[in-house]
Amino acid sequence: MQVPAPFEYQRVSTVTEAVTLLDRLGDTARLVAGGHSLIPMMKLRLTNFEYLIDINELHDELGYIRSEPGPDGAPGRIRIGAMTRHRELLESDELAAAFPIFRDAERVIADPVVRNRGTLGGSLCQSDPSEDLSAVCTTLDASCVIQGLDGQRVVSMDEFHQGPYETAVGDAEILTEVRFPVRPRGSSAYEKVERRAGDWAVVSAGAGVWLDESGLVEDARVGLAAVGPNTAGIPGIADALRGQRPTEELYARAGDIAAESCSPVTDRRGSAEYKRHLARELTVRVLRRAVARATGQEV
Amino acid sequence: MQVTMTVNGEEVTREIEGRLLLVHFLRDHLQLTGTHWGCDTSNCGTCVVRLDGEPVKSCTVLAAMAGGHEVRTVEGLEQNGELDPVQRGFIECHGLQCGFCTPGMMMTARALLDSDPDPSDEEIREAISGQICRCTGYATIVRSIRWAAAEEAGTRTTAPDTEAPAAEQPAGEEPVATTTGSAS
Amino acid sequence: MTTVAPNGNRTAFVDNDRKPNGHGRMLRKEDPRFVRGKGRYVDDLQLPGMLHLAILRSPFAHARITSVDTTLAEAHPKVRLVVTGAMLAEKGLAWMPTLSNDVQAVLATDKVRFQGQEVAFVVAEDRYAARDALELIDVEYEPLDPVIDVRGALAPDAPVIRDDLEGKNDNHVFDWETGDAALSEEVFRRADVVVSEDIVYPRVHPAPMETCGAVADFDAVDGKLTLWSTTQAPHAHRTLYAIVAGLPEHKIRVVSPDIGGGFGNKVPIYPGYVCAIVGSLLTGKPVKWMEDRAENLISTGFARDYLMRGEIAATREGKILAIRTHVLADHGAFNGVAAPVKYPAGFFGVFTGSYDLEAAYCKMTAVYTNKAPGGVAYACSFRITEAVYLVERIVDCLAHELGMDPVELRMKNFIRPEQFPYRTKTGWVYDSGNYAPTMELAKDLAGYDALRAEQAEKRARGEIMGIGVSFFTEAVGAGPRKDMDILGLGMADGCELRVHPTGKAVVRLSVQTQGQGHETTFAQIVAGELGIPPQDIEVVHGDTDQTPFGLGTYGSRSTPVSGAAAALVARKVRDKARLIASGMLEVSVADLEWDEGTFRVAGDPEASVTIQDIAMKAHGAGDLPEGIEGGLEAQICYNPENLTYPHGAYICVVDIDPGTAKVTVRRFVAVDDCGTRINPMIIEGQVHGGLTDGVGMALMEMIAFDEDGNCLSGSLMDYLIPTALEVPDWETGFTVTPSPHHPIGAKGVGESATVGSPPAIVNAVVDALAPFGVRHADMPLTPSRVWEAMQGRPEPPI
Repeated sequence: MQVPAPFEYQRVSTVTEAVTLLDRLGDTARLVAGGHSLIPMMKLRLTNFEYLIDINELHDELGYIRSEPGPDGAPGRIRIGAMTRHRELLESDELAAAFPIFRDAERVIADPVVRNRGTLGGSLCQSDPSEDLSAVCTTLDASCVIQGLDGQRVVSMDEFHQGPYETAVGDAEILTEVRFPVRPRGSSAYEKVERRAGDWAVVSAGAGVWLDESGLVEDARVGLAAVGPNTAGIPGIADALRGQRPTEELYARAGDIAAESCSPVTDRRGSAEYKRHLARELTVRVLRRAVARATGQEV
Repeated sequence: MQVTMTVNGEEVTREIEGRLLLVHFLRDHLQLTGTHWGCDTSNCGTCVVRLDGEPVKSCTVLAAMAGGHEVRTVEGLEQNGELDPVQRGFIECHGLQCGFCTPGMMMTARALLDSDPDPSDEEIREAISGQICRCTGYATIVRSIRWAAAEEAGTRTTAPDTEAPAAEQPAGEEPVATTTGSAS
Repeated sequence: MTTVAPNGNRTAFVDNDRKPNGHGRMLRKEDPRFVRGKGRYVDDLQLPGMLHLAILRSPFAHARITSVDTTLAEAHPKVRLVVTGAMLAEKGLAWMPTLSNDVQAVLATDKVRFQGQEVAFVVAEDRYAARDALELIDVEYEPLDPVIDVRGALAPDAPVIRDDLEGKNDNHVFDWETGDAALSEEVFRRADVVVSEDIVYPRVHPAPMETCGAVADFDAVDGKLTLWSTTQAPHAHRTLYAIVAGLPEHKIRVVSPDIGGGFGNKVPIYPGYVCAIVGSLLTGKPVKWMEDRAENLISTGFARDYLMRGEIAATREGKILAIRTHVLADHGAFNGVAAPVKYPAGFFGVFTGSYDLEAAYCKMTAVYTNKAPGGVAYACSFRITEAVYLVERIVDCLAHELGMDPVELRMKNFIRPEQFPYRTKTGWVYDSGNYAPTMELAKDLAGYDALRAEQAEKRARGEIMGIGVSFFTEAVGAGPRKDMDILGLGMADGCELRVHPTGKAVVRLSVQTQGQGHETTFAQIVAGELGIPPQDIEVVHGDTDQTPFGLGTYGSRSTPVSGAAAALVARKVRDKARLIASGMLEVSVADLEWDEGTFRVAGDPEASVTIQDIAMKAHGAGDLPEGIEGGLEAQICYNPENLTYPHGAYICVVDIDPGTAKVTVRRFVAVDDCGTRINPMIIEGQVHGGLTDGVGMALMEMIAFDEDGNCLSGSLMDYLIPTALEVPDWETGFTVTPSPHHPIGAKGVGESATVGSPPAIVNAVVDALAPFGVRHADMPLTPSRVWEAMQGRPEPPI
């Protein structure tokens, strides 16, 4: 059986402790949360570190889903702690009410046992191009709170993702929270095509749609997974949809834009052409469902 | 390093390497070989144990990470000489063949029934979907877990038999097949 | 005639056999230990002083080894031994025979011939250290061009893989043919309709949940080697170790403890077992080797890998006249096929299926490629998976061409009941069969006509639904020793039965369960013959020191061969019991009547003795009848006179998402006829498992390679196996057509569903795609492949 190469195990129980230790150990150390991406890679000896810092005790501090109203009762934002586990994201009714995309996505991320351990922060920091929560966060225009010794900084998803398996989190930093703006008259949806339950996506798509008071599209964002870099929410789709009444024709146009703006490659999960087709098909489906939800026609 | 955890209600302390996987801690250090392993990538689920009540893949948890926590394995299912209803369900409904995935399946089943005493077939299938069985085709595992749920709810009437026992077979059918000599 | 079972479980049966005492649904005797986590698998074994072995494997598919430096590994404080191919060569152990009279490297000496081939091994104090030390071995390779695409393996300029073989200058393994080429040609020429199709059965892998492994323990004082290993054939392995290692056979004990699934993966002898033996011989300590999942998937016995061109000839009315096929078989780098020696293509010769033909012909060429060896595995009944897939696919292609219903076409061509025993055009003698009722029952259970109506409605709405049918006949229970042997070992099975004084019994088998429930089924077989309750019968298996010789469990042979042996040895004991009973009752043997465990005097029902009374008498005081020895036991070696031929009818219903092309198996109806049914619960379990294999192969499983020969399916992340979410709630039924030559009429069922289900699923998908003009698409039918087929591109880019 594959086993990791030797390393020194450390455990921290506060964010400050984690950051201090990271600062001391530099790039010889790596944080481990749920570990379900990192530990298999270490077992297969694709990666190793001198120190592995277990941050699971930070769940008390960073395992939360908090809704914050905006000024004067306006919609505000939802803050999710980086150590919030997949299962908690799946089961949160509060989160599902604001962003149904989370429940859609969490139902198809890995499997229920893995979801008991894996975390939001771990998923984002792993930054796998096929990873679903990154697409969800892109769709919802999330921002990431990164804590270092000298304080916090907040970055957009675009800034956070620097490439496959690379993020903006520095050697002595830790992702502590992800923030999601709540906007009125909006909803969201997610759909994934996988070869088998628990597999990585062939293609996934998430959509967020916000309508104005007359029912026209005010804003729309689409996040895709497994079809190349995609962290800006496909601005072309927002441009094409803004001010329009949502119709099947409009979704089809958005689907075309999604298909054009992605860069899939042929691999064991599917041909590039099929993936491009899926980017189109799934974009149409999630936009349709997000609008149906936003207008109360579907839950 | 030293690690201390509670395994099946008993506190254990051992000197270990930081990299030791929980599955090896259980199997090699505590001789609890009922927890198996079958892959290197957290896909097969033969290593599932409960960590603070939740099913986890013990090949992807470091023993050190379980320090200070509570672990339950298949060896802890039987209580005071009484098999857990889940264990009985697997026997009654032929929920196992080679037995290799069985401990992991049963640990997940136990956790499922602890949180949802009356799951639907679909919920059962979803709950065990991170665990592979190569022998049973899953239907009998679903039946086994349903059997346990009914047993615990006191609503079980008969074993979900798969085939009418010989005595219930209708008599007087026309033979469709030749019969050769069996016993006698 | 056909009755739906009263429990409403959508199970149906046609069965009017009175079951002997002991047969019927019985909970398994092995389960109490398994549900407690008290199974004893090889990796559970911990012996005092035991060391751990890890194997260094080739990263290249084809490369010359220029140097191996083990200095650093040997310096590792926890390492006890490092062994290279060169060291084994000095002892004459670098090569070992395969089950097909080829040789395979234990550790590579000259070249590596597939990615994952064994190059060196380390023995260390713990498994973590052994793994660490592999990184300290420095091997230099000179990469060579690999042969990956089987179609190019015989090209004149293809690199020669097996230059270790004297005079070998190409990659040819064998040519094989069966049937009548000239007659087939003549029939094809006069046929109204001829359909041909290229059909690929891709390389797949049995991937049992427990990987392969062994613990070797050589006792230098008494010279005895004990090897606990994951083997489906402990006796055959022992004999082969004696031949390979030169150890005297009585000083080798092979123990196959609980096995976490086999499916043919655990039939061959792998280099790792030999390495563990060498490790123990050299260190004097017990040595454990357990492969990891990648090692299992990239180096151990794969299955299938046949490129088949199928051709079928028929009249316009749908009478099938002949079937022909050309096959290109990929055998990997060493010919390690585990099949009877006279059958290099296994039992592929049954590709004529369940149909009454005028002619048939097959020509096959097998080649070496730079891939792992194997070929016969994964519940294939010696290549019958490939044969059934070919015939059931090509028959559907014919139905498509004729515009005929696939059930009707099959019914029209079945071998008729009065034709049995039926000799096929390739020479196989089907023992018994009654196909139409089995097909009819499947049709009824599925509600076939209603499904066709539903499909028509859905098609009108643009929805995609398919109904697939397959009908198979298997040939299992290898086999008659006049025809069948593996490396010169005849495929007959021994069995010993001993009844203890108090009437409890122990039966010793040569076969080895990997989950099939032998401890239960064999107790039931003996119970059926002796009237002793199955709970009172201990089944001993999987230990060569404790069981008689036999060839092991694979090819669905346990019930047809060892099951027959168990029944006959029990009858032998019963015959002796009858003699003792005649003495006890002071009547002649002819006056005794047997009634499930009791001998009664004819006409005097009060005068009787039970088998338990007789057992005590056999061991007790006082004289026995003249010429009768004490004790109540017997042994036998059963040589089957023919194979047994189970059959079945399967119907699958699929839905395909028109937008994503994802296939969902909505329903699956399986009606099996395996002859006499000993434990219906276990039979149903065997069928369910095989159906799931079918979903795996049809929709997702495949061992794939890139052009450099890198295996792309080396983990369960990449080699996908169905979960509970991809399979439906199986619907099963059965008919019973006993085997005329098996003592209790049983035929074997362990592989039926794996054999029969892939064509039903593929036929359903192709049926669904008929509006898109699709007549064939190759497995695995992943969403991408289905979508490509819908676009009219039958050759998928991946």
